Amino acid sequence: MSVGAYVVLSAILFAIGALGVLSRRNALVVFMSIELMFNAVNLAFVGFARYWGNMTGHALVVFVLAFAAAEVVVGLAIIVNIFRRRDTVDVDDIDLLRG
Amino acid sequence: MIETILFIVFAAAAIGSSLLMITRSKPVHAAISFLGTLVSLAGLFLLMFAQFVAVLQIIVYAGAILVLFLFVIMMLHVRSGEGPEVKLKFQRPLALALATLLGLGLVYVVAATDLSGVHELPADMGTVEAIGEALFTSYVLPFEVAAVLLLIGLLGAVALTSKDEDSSDEGGSA
Repeated sequence: MSVGAYVVLSAILFAIGALGVLSRRNALVVFMSIELMFNAVNLAFVGFARYWGNMTGHALVVFVLAFAAAEVVVGLAIIVNIFRRRDTVDVDDIDLLRG
Repeated sequence: MIETILFIVFAAAAIGSSLLMITRSKPVHAAISFLGTLVSLAGLFLLMFAQFVAVLQIIVYAGAILVLFLFVIMMLHVRSGEGPEVKLKFQRPLALALATLLGLGLVYVVAATDLSGVHELPADMGTVEAIGEALFTSYVLPFEVAAVLLLIGLLGAVALTSKDEDSSDEGGSA
């Protein structure tokens, strides 16, 4: 299998993640879609590491994982706080700035 | 040959379960479908000689991040679904059109790039030793920054979810 197939798959998964972010209204599923986009990028990184035969891509994946973990922790804390105050996680209901 | 078959199986599983993830109405079902995507991606990492990354994917993503998602879904219970009324009329079709455009653009760019040849792989490709050496020599500064970032994430989560002392500063509505 050439690396191109893996990168095409990564592009497709990224687009699916973007579709989830754009079309879903449940904040948790939107968040999972963002994680899916991270994973698609990781797949591309590993593919390029395979192509060039060096470890830079793998090191970058480790950093993306650390970033994703920190992001998930803070993001879920924000979602839990919003649920406590507004009793909803529907992103359409969180429209305080709409005026 | 066997690699091609495995690639097709894992790729189909990844695309199928990620499509399931964004279409299921219950967040628990979405999370379980996401688990399928993560495991298939770990398989794809293994196919590309990234053993350590594949193990990290299972331990960190499936073992930690997804479990955190499931805990939060459990805390937020039944009302955490989407409301019945749709406030943005053309959200779904517009989202589909934009995401298709993005996907076609990305696939077009990748398909126009020639990635068919593969450079020679080092003998220790993807081992813990090779990644550790890269992390602690070339990428030691980003590594330390990542450590600080994780600490900030930890403190941020504690500060955001603690109800006690902070609530007076925020108007006491927590």
